[in-house]
Amino acid sequence: MIYLELFWEFFKTGLFSIGGGLATIPFLYDIGKRYDWLDTSIIPDMIAVSESTPGPIGINMATYTGYMAAKLPGALIASLAIILPSVIIVLVISRLLSSFSQDKRVLNAMYGLRPASLGLITAAAFAVLNVSVITYDTFIESGNILDIIDLKAFVLFVCLLVIRIFFKRIHPILFIVFAGVVGIIFKF
Amino acid sequence: MKTLFELYWIFFKVGLFTFGGGYTMLPILQKEFVEKKKWLDTENIIDYYTLSQCTPGIIAVNVSTYIGFKKKSYLGGIFSALGVITPSIIIISIIATILTNFLHIEAVGHAFAGIRVAVAALVIVTILDMYKKSVIDWLCIILYIASFILSVLTSISPVFIVLGSAITGLVLGTRMQERKERKK
Repeated sequence: MIYLELFWEFFKTGLFSIGGGLATIPFLYDIGKRYDWLDTSIIPDMIAVSESTPGPIGINMATYTGYMAAKLPGALIASLAIILPSVIIVLVISRLLSSFSQDKRVLNAMYGLRPASLGLITAAAFAVLNVSVITYDTFIESGNILDIIDLKAFVLFVCLLVIRIFFKRIHPILFIVFAGVVGIIFKF
Repeated sequence: MKTLFELYWIFFKVGLFTFGGGYTMLPILQKEFVEKKKWLDTENIIDYYTLSQCTPGIIAVNVSTYIGFKKKSYLGGIFSALGVITPSIIIISIIATILTNFLHIEAVGHAFAGIRVAVAALVIVTILDMYKKSVIDWLCIILYIASFILSVLTSISPVFIVLGSAITGLVLGTRMQERKERKK
């Protein structure tokens, strides 16, 4: 029964992948080895589509796999199955935390956690910057110092940064839509 | 009931405009929950994001569930998680059906190159905001720099970085507080 297999496999993936959508990739290869409804040769394409479409990567990959295996019902089952374990776990933790939220130990742990978590976010932002604005790899190949930044992208980046800092009220969604349009017009 | 649908709708928007990893949703969460609705503070969002990194599953879904629970208990968590995944299900199903060569459409590539620039700018401004709120003394600065460097230069799982900093906060933070109290 393909629906049950999809449910069970993605339930396990949701339970054991910790730390972001890309952590699900090894699980997908493992599923592909054991079932014929997932062709592992399309996984790289799925990753590319999942990264460049709206939505969290992990959900996109589950939906994609589910759809390829069993159309829309498959997509629904796979994405619900992958979130089910974490929704249950998060609800349980939330329940526990609400009774310990004023506990000194919890507060102290959070005090140390926040800066570290922010460090990880900064590293992730740095990685996005490194593929979109800074083109270090092109520079290494050509040896031309001008290649170290993508000029068009850099101008857009600085403009958006300044607008974001000075006009706090503009919704982030508008920035994303605007940048998408600019990207198409100026052929980024 | 109204709040539940509001949560669903906000997270639908969040899901629609999250590109890539879970942290790219932070600027929109900040806008919707801290600035517009005033349901949460910036610190809450950092805390939920942090917890989500060490909870199994997809970070974006975890953050949504934490925020939903905070606002409206169990049902709030469930509606928020469903909201954030709905756009993916719709969009991916469409792409998988009709646009098998989605990635080869030229305009799509250009649009996403532009969007990545916006995401980087938005996230950096959000980080500056969060930095002011959460990096409050020298120990925080050390933890911030250490986790940044470990994440960029090594392949250590974020789970261990987060756990390590929690233990540091627990041990050193407690000791620092005791010292402060003794001074008083």
